Amino acid sequence: MKSNDTITLAHGSGGRLMHELVEGLIARVLSNPVLDELDDAADVSGLVEPGRLAVTTDSFVVQPLFFPGGDIGTLAVAGTVNDLAVKGARPVALTLGLIVEEGLAVSDLERALRSVAETAKTAGVVVTAGDTKVVERGCLGGLVLNTAGLGFIPEGVELGAARVRDGDAVVISGTVGDHETAILVAREGFEIDETIESDCAPLHEIAATILTAAPGARAMRDPTRGGLATTLNELSARSGVGIEIEEAAVPVRREVRSVTDILGFDPLFMANEGKVVAVVPADEAERVVEALRTHDLGRDAAVIGRAGGPPGVTLRTRVGGARPLLMLEGVQLPRIC
Amino acid sequence: MCLAVPGLVREVDGTRAKVDFGGITREVELSLLPDTAVDDYVLVHAGYAIEKVDRESALETMRLFREMAEAADRGRSEPDGTDV
Amino acid sequence: MKELLDFEAFREGPEAEGLVRRVRELVDGPTALMEVCGTHTVAIGRAGIRSLVPEELRLLSGPGCPVCVTPLGEIDQTIEAARRPDVTVATFGDMMRVPGSESSLERERAAGADVRVVTSALDAVKLASEEPSREIVFIGVGFETTSPTVAAALLEAERRDVPNVSVFPFFKLVPPALEFLVGVPDRALDGFLCPGHVSSIIGSNAYEPVAREAGIPCVVTGFEPLDILAGIVMLLEQVRDVRSGGAARVETQYSRAVRPEGNPTARSLLDETFDTADAEWRGIGAIPASGYVLSQDLMHRDAAAKLGIERPEPAEPEGCICGAIMLGRKLPGDCPLFGTDCTPRDPVGPCMVSSEGSCAAHFRYEHRRST
Repeated sequence: MKSNDTITLAHGSGGRLMHELVEGLIARVLSNPVLDELDDAADVSGLVEPGRLAVTTDSFVVQPLFFPGGDIGTLAVAGTVNDLAVKGARPVALTLGLIVEEGLAVSDLERALRSVAETAKTAGVVVTAGDTKVVERGCLGGLVLNTAGLGFIPEGVELGAARVRDGDAVVISGTVGDHETAILVAREGFEIDETIESDCAPLHEIAATILTAAPGARAMRDPTRGGLATTLNELSARSGVGIEIEEAAVPVRREVRSVTDILGFDPLFMANEGKVVAVVPADEAERVVEALRTHDLGRDAAVIGRAGGPPGVTLRTRVGGARPLLMLEGVQLPRIC
Repeated sequence: MCLAVPGLVREVDGTRAKVDFGGITREVELSLLPDTAVDDYVLVHAGYAIEKVDRESALETMRLFREMAEAADRGRSEPDGTDV
Repeated sequence: MKELLDFEAFREGPEAEGLVRRVRELVDGPTALMEVCGTHTVAIGRAGIRSLVPEELRLLSGPGCPVCVTPLGEIDQTIEAARRPDVTVATFGDMMRVPGSESSLERERAAGADVRVVTSALDAVKLASEEPSREIVFIGVGFETTSPTVAAALLEAERRDVPNVSVFPFFKLVPPALEFLVGVPDRALDGFLCPGHVSSIIGSNAYEPVAREAGIPCVVTGFEPLDILAGIVMLLEQVRDVRSGGAARVETQYSRAVRPEGNPTARSLLDETFDTADAEWRGIGAIPASGYVLSQDLMHRDAAAKLGIERPEPAEPEGCICGAIMLGRKLPGDCPLFGTDCTPRDPVGPCMVSSEGSCAAHFRYEHRRST
């Protein structure tokens, strides 16, 4: 299969072209001993670890497919790895479903697949099984990926929003809003000189760092769509405990603040793809932040607030005011007012 | 009513300017503010510079913040002061 | 290369606490100040300023949200335009979710209409030159800050001879609205926090009649939290003077971006592009000389005339008190629909529709659901 080819409906027909696509490209790029069997189902018994089994799945649509800091392939692996990691699980295996639009350049597909392979390697997970469909040109934006993930939660790790208690500390592993700002800038063709990179990254090490530094950790979440504000509201609603956040303590990159100021957006509502929010006992918070800051992906980690009071999220503003911080209502649109 | 953001003019080319908003630079139209020059601060709304931002007045406003805040402190200490 | 001014100094700092103490000290009885501008409404909400000031100080939200004051019939016109197969509607994001009498631009786009969100009127001109077979209709909403940018873009289209771009000139003017407001009987209003960015264009002198003739203190205020606190302090000091017999005046807190005469280039461009006309403000009614029509030379850019779209007169939703809220007579919490039948997700009235509408801001930043 040549890189300057284009995907056509025939590549999804089940015939020779499909065979070429799957074996000549997808399985070749993603090659590993489990996947290489190319049977109808993969035998993953070699990947089983002690602990409780955790499973998750997610689908990935993003425009553009390639953006500063990552692409749909990075995102598809990181997203699922992160869902496992914030549950306290060690991710071990993924499946990969591809829905490809006719007309997609094979070179683009290959590039996305290489990102899948690289990110999986970084995250220490094996892509064990896959599926490919080709559909008519329409509105999928070229490529949609679905990943399912399998992981194991070690003995003694118990995480869940219901465990949040009055007095707990809320920690974020770094700056907020980077991913959605990067996508926005890339998609809307804003004439912006400096690159703003997505934070898209697998967080298995960040999650493990938090669990090591805070054995009593109550809950972890990755604040993706809807941003930090939405995630905090979910944590509060599920635990029945209020959360108060210090606006000044939430790390936001200067460039992200500039873009959001211009468009009238709020970084607290913007998607992240490489951040963890952790609720930990107050006396473990500083240790968590210190440990996170030694990691490349946790350099800007900070304690941003505490749990307590009636359910709901309150923002303590930079001038000392207090206001409710609600979930995101709908998509944010650039506004002039 | 109207979001507008201040930035520093880095380059001027006819009626277009490159404006630095702190970490990011954008192209801005100058036709509403034709005498704009490099190193001016401008207020940008909907892609257009609509007014200059005066550096001295900005610093003066910061001084006023301090004065007002200090007036509050004086207001609080006055009753004690009159007793002495 | 020159270093950037640190605008963060207007957002936080040790002065914030002192300014708040000064506000508390100056409030010595029921006082009502109106922020005319919707961007002030949002900034006040986002900074949690209402939680910092005494209860006796009421901060009312005025008619300065362009989405809120655009009549339902005009929104229906934009939806009618979007339904035309050869039309692309270009709009600021603010208008996307505003419900007309039966649809919104967002819903029309989902149904296949070509609706583009742009961040400048110039984007509409660019679209028009890229797609010469389509008519690009720009929705011109906003006040004196925004109307000059649209005027400039229209003149650019003339200069570049791009024929296929037109505009719905739904703009509004602030001073006539303030003069109307102060004439409303039994208004309880002690001062205006005047809109900073409108004033960058029209100048602070524009409020002299309101201060001198109606005796209402005016302070032109910036949009950062410390600006707003300082603007409130200046207003309260004036209110105190006025209550002890002094004369109301126009002061400018936002002196870094507002001059007494405004921006002369922008003002003459407005004169050149538009003729002043009576305009209907949603929820309030007709206000003399408070809107624009395109000047004779630019009439061929009028979207309604070009596409032959008449303005319908749909009925307003029942039970909504947005008009009274924008006039400062009622607060969002006084509305029986607020937070139950009328929420940002499912708005009934115009003040809940726009993110800077007083009801939406109140819901987002002040409202606590009873649990």
